[in-house]
Amino acid sequence: MRVMAQMSMIMNLDKCIGCHTCSVTCKQVWTNRTGVEYAWFNNVETRPGIGYPREYENQEKWKGGWVRNKRGRLQLKAGGRLKKLSQIFNNPNLPQIDDYYEPWTYDYDMLTTAPAGTQSPVARPKSLLTGQDMDIKWSGNWDDNLGGSQETAAQDPILATMSEHVKMEFEETFMFYLPRICEHCLNPACVAACPSGAMYKREEDGIVLVDEDGCRGWRMCVSACPYKKVYFNHKTGKAEKCTLCYPLIEQGKPTICSETCVGRLRYLGLMLYDADAVLAAASIENDQDLQGAQRACFLDPFDPEVIAAAKAEGMADDWIEAAQNSPIYKLISEYEIALPLHPEYRTMPMVWYIPPLSPVVDVVSNSGSDGEDARTLFAAIDKLRIPVEYLAGLFSAGDVVPVELSLRKLAAMRAYMRGIFLGNEPDERIPNAVGMTGETITAMYRLLAIAKYEDRYVIPKAHVETARELEELGCSLDTDGGPGMGGPGSAGHSGPYGNTVGMPLGATVDNYNTMTGRPSATAPTTPGRVNLLNWNGNGAPQGMFPPIADAGSPA
Amino acid sequence: MTAWDYLLWVAFPYAATGVFVVGHLLRYRYDQFGWTSRSSQTYENRLLRWGSPMFHYGILMVIGGHVVGLFIPKPWLQFFGVTEHMYHLGATWLGSFAAVLTVAGLAILVYRRRLTKRVLLVTTVMDKVMYVFLASTITFGTTATVLYQIFGGGYDYRGSISPWIRSLYSLQPDPSLMSDVPFFFQLHVLTATTLFLLWPFTRLVHVFSAPLGYLVRPYVVYRSRDDPRGAGSRAPHRGWEKSERPLERSRK
Repeated sequence: MRVMAQMSMIMNLDKCIGCHTCSVTCKQVWTNRTGVEYAWFNNVETRPGIGYPREYENQEKWKGGWVRNKRGRLQLKAGGRLKKLSQIFNNPNLPQIDDYYEPWTYDYDMLTTAPAGTQSPVARPKSLLTGQDMDIKWSGNWDDNLGGSQETAAQDPILATMSEHVKMEFEETFMFYLPRICEHCLNPACVAACPSGAMYKREEDGIVLVDEDGCRGWRMCVSACPYKKVYFNHKTGKAEKCTLCYPLIEQGKPTICSETCVGRLRYLGLMLYDADAVLAAASIENDQDLQGAQRACFLDPFDPEVIAAAKAEGMADDWIEAAQNSPIYKLISEYEIALPLHPEYRTMPMVWYIPPLSPVVDVVSNSGSDGEDARTLFAAIDKLRIPVEYLAGLFSAGDVVPVELSLRKLAAMRAYMRGIFLGNEPDERIPNAVGMTGETITAMYRLLAIAKYEDRYVIPKAHVETARELEELGCSLDTDGGPGMGGPGSAGHSGPYGNTVGMPLGATVDNYNTMTGRPSATAPTTPGRVNLLNWNGNGAPQGMFPPIADAGSPA
Repeated sequence: MTAWDYLLWVAFPYAATGVFVVGHLLRYRYDQFGWTSRSSQTYENRLLRWGSPMFHYGILMVIGGHVVGLFIPKPWLQFFGVTEHMYHLGATWLGSFAAVLTVAGLAILVYRRRLTKRVLLVTTVMDKVMYVFLASTITFGTTATVLYQIFGGGYDYRGSISPWIRSLYSLQPDPSLMSDVPFFFQLHVLTATTLFLLWPFTRLVHVFSAPLGYLVRPYVVYRSRDDPRGAGSRAPHRGWEKSERPLERSRK
């Protein structure tokens, strides 16, 4: 047993309103640069729909992920090592920029500089690749809210595999949103495909990263990722991908997509797993068993044996504690309502989803029945083949059982909690029908519906070696007004955490921890006056507050 | 022998070698981020799908042929049982095949680079200079082979050019070997030397990161957060420029 920790995410799809706030904040933070205009480390897809890039789930076309070969061994779908190297001069499976979209901007200058005339000036779209006028034909969320999906939905690979023929009639349809980031897989195909060895999985938290210096632009990772979440920066010629906002995670803070999520549907936490068991689990024969095999790789953080093994691997106590409090562990292993996205790709993805009950509830409510009644909902889950089979196509390689189980638990929670809020006696038969108790279902309700910030994000801080910490501190005399005052940290170089002192700011946990908690501007620069712009909220500058009244105890 | 002979066949190759070696070391040390093939496959693939493999496989064969022809002395090959006739047959037939692949591939690539707007706009000045010298080296080499080997009586470069190169690397340069070499071979050698001189400053550096290690390493790579190659604080690098339209944008 080799215990490793994985920082993982779960998204509760019932709560997603498709506002794209996560995508926009992610883009502002990571990909508002030349060469990655088309890259959406986080994107939100309307389902049914063809996703971004177009039809990325059609692995017969793109050859992403792994396959089990005849000898029962795992192999990249695009071919073995020699075949990959032989294709290095031209990757036959690489998506073209037009499979994403041609990035553009608008001719905004025209709005202010156009000469006076009879017509209002317009800002025409201009290609960011050629600089010329262009027609906008596709983008990152072109089929948002099923827009135009009568044209495109037939290309949805999930719909294509479903047993019944599904007509995309507007009145009969169902829909939900699927936000996607990099899956930070346990068995990442992109890492395995990188010829240069520049992509790696971090030992400490399992985040999959690209070493931008080591990347030589061979583009194999882009095609190997079945989720198409590695992007090729066409300006620098290097691969880029979602970093799970590691500079934030290292400080114990949630990723930018989670932090800004309006629906508060994202959960972040650790998952302990046995790294030695991953390969065997990913090579299991039947696609539909993969989801269960992945669950079997996860370790119980309360098991004394696991704790001992984790400590032997050098895992710190606060990390083990974080794994015990992890909302991810609760949702995957305790309540068993979260499911992985496309386990059949055999990459062992680590961003899981709670399937949405809303398509079912909507149908029940629209038919005039009680959408919160347990028996009606259970019956509807059994009857409504189309949404359930579709969800199974996404989350369990087509096996409807795990999806049904998960939806029944959500339905039970809905019905049970409504009874309580209506002032009725709690009906214990409802949780018992899905193998839960009133107590666990209430706890699940607290985690899913109340969803307190500190319950959603249980992120331990990264441990930094003392030597590096000291190196980042800079000169100890370089404090405000100190004898070494000067250099990049002195006046006029304000950082986001107040005036920076010493070394320039880099995005590391080391200097963040140095910056926060240090009071600044405690001594007013001009006697009798306080510069509020300099004050970071710590400490009480002289003269800012009235003196504390002597109310019994001296200050 | 004139001063020109010394300049062209001794000083220039040594200078080019020096720049080649030192240039690569410095660039590898200070510009890891720029060390990439800078693929344009995402912009255009219809032509690249043919041109790139043709050129690359062709040029690999050409390089292999040059190594055998230039660096392995005649007696060595004879020791392994390769007769003059066998060598000549191999060089002519395999060489012609490789040359056709390389020249056709390069033609497709240059055509694509010039006529695909997206690709043209990301072509740097250094790319263009490199293309000029790469294309002229290949053209002169092919011309010389066709003129002297196929239509001419056959020229034994293994008696002049090859010993000259080996004389350079045994540090006993003998420029007299090169003075009577046919014109197009001389041109080929000179443009090739210039190409080596420019090499470390072009995208050709990607040749030296051919990922052969991929064949033997484990599939999944793990790295610690404390790995010096890992993420940490450092000065802002290239690749973080604001998104803007290409310069060509002129609105007229």
